[in-house]
Amino acid sequence: MPSTLLNPILERHRRDGTRLMQILRETQETLGWLPPEVITAIAAAVGWPRARVQATAEFYSFFHTRPMGRYRILWSDNITDRMLGSTELMQSMCRKLWLEPGRVSEDGLVSVDTTSCTGMGDQGPALLVNYRAVTRMTPQRVDEIVELVRAGTPVLGWPEEYFQVEDNIRRSDVLLGHGLTPGAALAAALERGAPAMLDEVKAAGLRGRGGAGFPTGQKWAACRGAEADVRYVVCNADEGEPGTFKDRVLLTSHADLVFEGMTIAGLAVGASLGLLYLRGEYRHLLEPLETVLARRRAQKLLGAGILGRDFAFDIEIHLGAGAYICGEESALIESLEGKPGRPRIRPPFPVTHGYLGRPTTVNNVETLAAACLVAKHGGAWYAALGTRKSAGTKLLSVSGDCTRPGIYEYPFGVTVAQVLADCGAHEPLAVQVSGPSGVCLADHEFGRRIAFEDVPSAGAFMVFDHSRDLFETARNFAHFFAHESCGFCTPCRVGTALVARLMDKVAAGHGSPYDLEELFKLHRLMQGTSHCGLGNTACNPVFDTLEKFRPAYERRIKSLAFEPAFDLDAALSQARQMTGRDDAAAHLSNVA
Amino acid sequence: MSETQTFSLDGEDVPFAPGQTVMQAAQAAGRWIPHLCWHPDFEAHGSCKLCTVRANGRLVAACTVAAQPGMAVENRTPDLDGRRQTLLQMLFVEGNHFCPSCEKSGNCLLQATAYEMGMMTPHFDMFYPDRPVDASHPETLLDFNRCILCALCVRASRDADGKNVFALSGRGIRSHLIVNHESGRLADTDFAATDRAANICPVGVILPKRRGFAVPIGRRKYDPAPASVVDVVPVKHEEEAR
Ligand SMILES: Cc1cc2nc3c(=O)[nH]c(=O)nc-3n(C[C@H](O)[C@H](O)[C@H](O)COP(=O)(O)O)c2cc1C
Ligand code: SF4
Ligand code: SF4
Ligand code: FES
Repeated sequence: MPSTLLNPILERHRRDGTRLMQILRETQETLGWLPPEVITAIAAAVGWPRARVQATAEFYSFFHTRPMGRYRILWSDNITDRMLGSTELMQSMCRKLWLEPGRVSEDGLVSVDTTSCTGMGDQGPALLVNYRAVTRMTPQRVDEIVELVRAGTPVLGWPEEYFQVEDNIRRSDVLLGHGLTPGAALAAALERGAPAMLDEVKAAGLRGRGGAGFPTGQKWAACRGAEADVRYVVCNADEGEPGTFKDRVLLTSHADLVFEGMTIAGLAVGASLGLLYLRGEYRHLLEPLETVLARRRAQKLLGAGILGRDFAFDIEIHLGAGAYICGEESALIESLEGKPGRPRIRPPFPVTHGYLGRPTTVNNVETLAAACLVAKHGGAWYAALGTRKSAGTKLLSVSGDCTRPGIYEYPFGVTVAQVLADCGAHEPLAVQVSGPSGVCLADHEFGRRIAFEDVPSAGAFMVFDHSRDLFETARNFAHFFAHESCGFCTPCRVGTALVARLMDKVAAGHGSPYDLEELFKLHRLMQGTSHCGLGNTACNPVFDTLEKFRPAYERRIKSLAFEPAFDLDAALSQARQMTGRDDAAAHLSNVA
Repeated sequence: MSETQTFSLDGEDVPFAPGQTVMQAAQAAGRWIPHLCWHPDFEAHGSCKLCTVRANGRLVAACTVAAQPGMAVENRTPDLDGRRQTLLQMLFVEGNHFCPSCEKSGNCLLQATAYEMGMMTPHFDMFYPDRPVDASHPETLLDFNRCILCALCVRASRDADGKNVFALSGRGIRSHLIVNHESGRLADTDFAATDRAANICPVGVILPKRRGFAVPIGRRKYDPAPASVVDVVPVKHEEEAR
C-alpha cells in the first residue's frame, strides 16, 4: 500500500495505538482488506508489536486479513430474519451469483455470508453490503442486487431506498415524547450543579438499561469518588443483543438527547471526555452523528465553556467492527484502547479502572437519554413513573410474529400480554425477552411484567406464533453464542462450540436422551465458571426451551420415552439450585 | 503488621497477606489448587478456569480472587473436581493431543492434572483442528496442536524477556497463538532458545529441537509424584521440566 494512502489515516489518528480500531477500519474502507504488509506498516507507525496489531485485526468479524471481494454481502442471521425468509433469499442470491456462502467468487468480485443480528429486526430480512445496512429484502431486491454486483455498480450508486432505515415508533411515553430542545436538560443540570445532579439521579431510582439494571446514581458516585486526574464517560451503543434495535432509533432521531445525557454524566462524574462506542453494524449513523456533534459544538453545548459556564466536555465516536462481546463493558473498553474485545478480570471495575486505567462510567444509550429527563424534571418526578423498584419507562424493540413490529415505550411494569396485544401478535406461542441471553416465556407466563423485579429486559421482545419451532430458535441462538464467544476462557470457548454441535446433531435426527443430558451438563458448567456474562448465559435459550417446549426436542429424539435410565428432572436439580428456583416450571415430568 | 489473617480452604485455615489471591496464599501454604494458566512468576490471566473454587458459595477463579478474612473456600470437592474434569476434557478435544507420541509426556501439566482429576477419556467428540507446526527456528519447535491458549508464553516474552514474541489472536473456537512477524515464522522473530518464554509452556507446544526424550519416560517431572505434590512448592515448573 502506498504510504500516500496510509499516512493521512495515521495522521488523523495521531499514530496513536489506542485509535487502532479506527485506523484499521478506515484503511480497510480504502483497500477492501488488510494485507500483511499494511498491518506491518501500521504496527510500525503506532509503535506496537506487529502481533498485537494482527491480534486486533483477526479478532473482529468485520476486519479481513484476506481479500473478501469488492462486494461483501452479509445477511443478518437472527431468528427473526430467518422467520422472514432470509435463508432462502440468501441461497437464491448465492445461486444466481454462482457462489458458495462464505466463499469469495473466483474473479474476486463478491462474497456472501451471514452475520449476527444487524439490529433491523422490525424491517428484515436485512443485510450489510460493504458494511452499509440494507433493509426489507425481497426476491426482487435479490435479483436487482445480483445485477448491480455483476455490473460493478459502486455501492454509493445503489438505489437509495435500499438503505432506508425506519424508526417504526409505535408507542411513545415520556422519553420518546420528551419535547426537549437541545441544551434544555443540560442547562437544568448546570443550574443544579454536579453534586445536586448526582443526588437527583439517585432520587430518580434510575437503573441501567443495558441489562444488568445497576443503579446509575451509585455508578456515577463511585466514578466521581475514585481518586484520579482524568475520568471518562462511555456510551455503550454496541446494541449487539439479537432482536434489539431501540438504541439505533434513539441515535437516529434523538441523538441530541443521548449526547446531552453523556454531557450531563460528564458533569456529574467530573469527566471532560465522552466516548460513544457505536457498533459496526450502525456504520450508516456515523456521519449523521458527527454532524450533530459539530452542531452541538457550534451551539456551545460541547467544547470549552459550555453554555457560558466553567465546564468543558467533548465527545468522540468509536466504531466497532462486528463483535457482540464488545457490549460487555470491560471488553468494550479494551476495544476502545485498540485491543481485541476480551473482558477484563474484575474487580477492579471500570468505575475505578476503566478506559486507559482511569475511572470510567459505562452507560447504555437509553440510560443516558433518560438522565436528561431527570435533569429537566427532577428525581422525584422520574421516580413516580413505572414501578417502585423500576422507575421510569423502557423501550422495547418488538419483532417477530406480529403485525406492528417496532419501538414501544412503556412505563415499567407493563405485562407481556399487554405488549403482545398492542403489537398485534397472532396466537403467540412464546416471547423471547431481552434476546438470547434473556428468557423465553411461554403463554402461561404472559401475565408477567417487564420490570427489574420480574422480567428484566435490555430491550428485545421477539414474538413467536404457533407455527414456530422453538428448537430451531434455540439452535439459532446456540450458533450465535458460539460465533460471538471471545475465546478467552475454556468453558465458554469450547462449551459454546460443543452446544452448537450437539444442537446440530439433534437437528439432524441423530440425537439421543444422552445428548440432552450433555446439554444440561454443559449448562451447569458454563453457568458459574465462565469469565463473563456471555458464557454464563449462553445456555439459557437451550435450558429454557428444553424446560418449556420439550416436545420440540422430543420430536427429534424418538427413544426418549423408552429410555428408563434418563432422569431429566434429576438432571435439572443442580440447575434449580443455581438459579434458586424450585417452582413447578423448574421441574420436568419424566413421563413423556 | 497486625495479626495474620486467614481464610478456610476445604475446612483448614490458610494464612494470607493483604493483596494475595486465594491461589497465592494456598500455594504459599503448600496447598494445591488445580491450575493451568497461573504461574507464580507472572500476573494472573484467569482464562483456563481450572482453579475454579467455591468461595462463600460463589464460583470464582482462585487465581484472580482476592483472599478475604474468614472466607470459606471449597476446593477439592467432587462437584468442583467434576467441573475441572469437564474443563480438561474440553481442552483435550479442542486441540490435538496424542500423549504417547508427545515429547512433553510426563512433564506436561495438562496431562498430570488430567490424571489427578481422574479423567479417563476425552468424553466429547474430538474437534481435530488443523494447526500446522512451525519448525522454522533452528533450536525450537512450535507444535500448535497442543496449545491450550494459557498465554504464559505471551506473558513471559512480554514481562520477563521484554520481547513480545507471542500473542493470542482470532476469536472463539478459532483463537490461536501467533508470533510477532509478517511471515508468521518463529525464525524471523527475535525469539531465542534462552528466553524465559522458551521454557514456560505447560504443555508440549514450545519444545527444544533435537532433545527428543533426553529424560526417559518414568523419570519425568510428574512421574514420581502427581501434580498436587510436585507443584505445591512454589518452584518454577519449567526448570524442573528440563
Ligand atoms: C455479553 C454482554 C453483552 C452486553 N451488551 C451490551 C450492549 O450491547 N449494550 C449495553 O448497553 N450493555 C451491554 N451489556 C451490559 C454492559 O456490560 C454494561 O452493564 C452496561 O453497558 C452498563 O450500562 P447501564 O448501567 O446503563 O445499563 C452487555 C453485557 C454482556 C455480558
Ligand atoms: S465467557 Fe465467553 S465471551 Fe466471556 S470471557 Fe469467556 S470466552 Fe470470552
Ligand atoms: S504455547 Fe504453551 S504457553 Fe503459549 S499459550 Fe499455548 S499452551 Fe500456553
Ligand atoms: S489457573 Fe486460574 S483461571 Fe487458569
